[in-house]
Amino acid sequence: MRHRPFLLLTTTLTTCALALSACGSRDPQKAGDAAGDAAGKTVVAIGVDAPLTGSVSAIGQGIKNSVDLAVRTANKYGEVKGITFKTVALDDQAVPGTGQQNAAKLAADKTVLGVVGPYNSGVAQSMQGIFAKSHLTQVSPANTNPALSLGDAWAKGDKKRPFPTYFRTATTDLVQGRFAAQYYYNESKKRRVFVVDDKQTYGMGLAAIFAQEFKHLGGQVVGTDHLTVKETDFSGIANKVKSSGADSVYFGGQYPEGGLLSDQVKKTGAHIPLMGGDGMYDPAFITASGESNDGDLVTSVGYPVEELHSARTFIKNYKKTGYKDPYASHGGYSYDAAWAIIQAIKKTVQDNDGKLPENPRPKIVEAMSDVYFGGVTGKVSFDEYGDTTNKQMTVYQVAGKIWKPIKSTTFEG
Amino acid sequence: MHELPQVLVSGIALGALYGLIAIGYTMVYGIVQLINFAHGEIVMIGAFGALTIHLWLPDTIPLAATLPLMLLGGVIASVTVAGAAERFAYRPLRNAPRLAPLITTIGLSIALQQIVWAFYPDAKKSRSFPQFGDAFQLAGNLRLQRDDLFVLIAAPLCMLALGIFVAKSRTGRAMQATAQDPDTARLMGINTDRIIVLAFAIGGAFAAVAAVAQGLRAGQINFEMGFVLGLKAFTAAVLGGIGNIYGAMLGGVLLGIGEIASVTYIQHIPGMHQLGGGGWKDVWAFAMLIAVLLVRPQGLLGERVADRA
Repeated sequence: MRHRPFLLLTTTLTTCALALSACGSRDPQKAGDAAGDAAGKTVVAIGVDAPLTGSVSAIGQGIKNSVDLAVRTANKYGEVKGITFKTVALDDQAVPGTGQQNAAKLAADKTVLGVVGPYNSGVAQSMQGIFAKSHLTQVSPANTNPALSLGDAWAKGDKKRPFPTYFRTATTDLVQGRFAAQYYYNESKKRRVFVVDDKQTYGMGLAAIFAQEFKHLGGQVVGTDHLTVKETDFSGIANKVKSSGADSVYFGGQYPEGGLLSDQVKKTGAHIPLMGGDGMYDPAFITASGESNDGDLVTSVGYPVEELHSARTFIKNYKKTGYKDPYASHGGYSYDAAWAIIQAIKKTVQDNDGKLPENPRPKIVEAMSDVYFGGVTGKVSFDEYGDTTNKQMTVYQVAGKIWKPIKSTTFEG
Repeated sequence: MHELPQVLVSGIALGALYGLIAIGYTMVYGIVQLINFAHGEIVMIGAFGALTIHLWLPDTIPLAATLPLMLLGGVIASVTVAGAAERFAYRPLRNAPRLAPLITTIGLSIALQQIVWAFYPDAKKSRSFPQFGDAFQLAGNLRLQRDDLFVLIAAPLCMLALGIFVAKSRTGRAMQATAQDPDTARLMGINTDRIIVLAFAIGGAFAAVAAVAQGLRAGQINFEMGFVLGLKAFTAAVLGGIGNIYGAMLGGVLLGIGEIASVTYIQHIPGMHQLGGGGWKDVWAFAMLIAVLLVRPQGLLGERVADRA
């Protein structure tokens, strides 16, 4: 009898796993061609895949709403003649497996002609192949892992675009990590950094690029460690940071863990700043990191949306539409990502005598490489790898419970 | 080795927290042989109960004064949910095959998470929890967090109270009797239903204390916090010998120290650099569990239960 509970446990866990993997494929999928609505207009959908629930849902909701705003704007002004846009938003819960199911679902829905998302680089990895097979354009507003557009061997200088359907409006960690290292070394005069990551695709990549550049500049990495996502006790790592004598911490990861780590490092009595990437740039970082987070830093892609002339209309309309959640850190990029898809569809329609071609998806992928417009975040266009040509970066610092932009610049290497 | 005192202090604080939660697993298992996988969510509910009280009270009152009320709020929330779960989800299945209630616990765990996610205001992201802030600087480099102090005081007090209650009171003896043989206990006039609800309630109360401790330590709570905590505490309960209340605390403390020590020391062992650090601490925690179970399958303080059917 003694072994019974453990047998039960295994059985149950298996059941759970089966139940979870069955979820999400249950809904009947609406196949069929783009449906026409009453006014004779063609309805096409822009898919959204983002973490709409869970600990990073603040950002995910911002992505969804911003795409929705782009779609509303396009419909309102009749951006593409004869076409009405709608959004199909799916929740990936920041889990790669769920993202993959969503990708299959979006690919099977013939009305979907482009997808904005996902948020996490790790989720993107699981989706890319499916979209490439069905020639469906994907534009991520947030993925920063270089391998997604440059291939796995990018670090050795062998850049090869793995999936022609993948684009992004966020610049990569290759830019972000090096920019952060240069800021820490040159402007904050930090010399002894302790590097922590969260073992995820995004966090590990960013931390590695940062560490490499920091050492290259002449700084010293006095220790490295990894933490586990969703854990809350990092006191072991915090103690190590303290005893290593580091003058700064760099964290590759997201704000829930980043906030806790910052707090727990400071509680050991080490009054040193923690810096992270765009995954930490969220108001929730400040609430998560307790009392003493003044001076913590993040880098984020682009210029602060609030300060961009081009973003004023976006912010005004976002407020006017009355979304429940803020546009958060990636709203501007999501709007631009959706708008890029809309522009590609517009070109495809124009090239085909004003109506949607029989099999529009491959043509839209082609049209993406020519997209060029002034977006919320500045000039939007894509290079030969599908990466944004916009390499603007900003450093933000916590000051009095808010993120204050302290340096914005265009990264030049 | 100069970090050892700090490792012990951090480890014991973390371990006491695990131990408080482990009590809930161990008591319920000891009496109805059910692993209540929704117990982590009982902790989470307790944290939100305490937060609710904190939000009701004006900010001007110092935290030390509001803490007892927050504890009370947490305990009420946790005990209510734990008791209701027993009454409405587990009791109807008590005579069903063992798999049925076990799966119910997992279903309930997901349901409770989603209920808090959907209905507690703003629970879709982390909510900040009040903190005491600064730490006490003890000898040399050793620091004691004020937030840790709470769990370091609360855990032994709770244990002591529970120990006396189970050993000395009439109800406590009835609990022991029910744990030993529920059928005979019932024949002897013990209201076993009441005893079982009580076991869930005590587990819930301890969970609420742990929830407040966790909120203070982390400075934030969220609807997903119960899962990992529950799993760790379950490990602690098995490590100490499931069914034994002192074993739960011992298992918790050993697990806590083991986790923190593995983060600090393992990477200094020659050839083990890759296997140290925060990312590996769960691996070492479970390795420790397996090592103990190989030698003592019943856990450290567990009794042989072979005579029980």
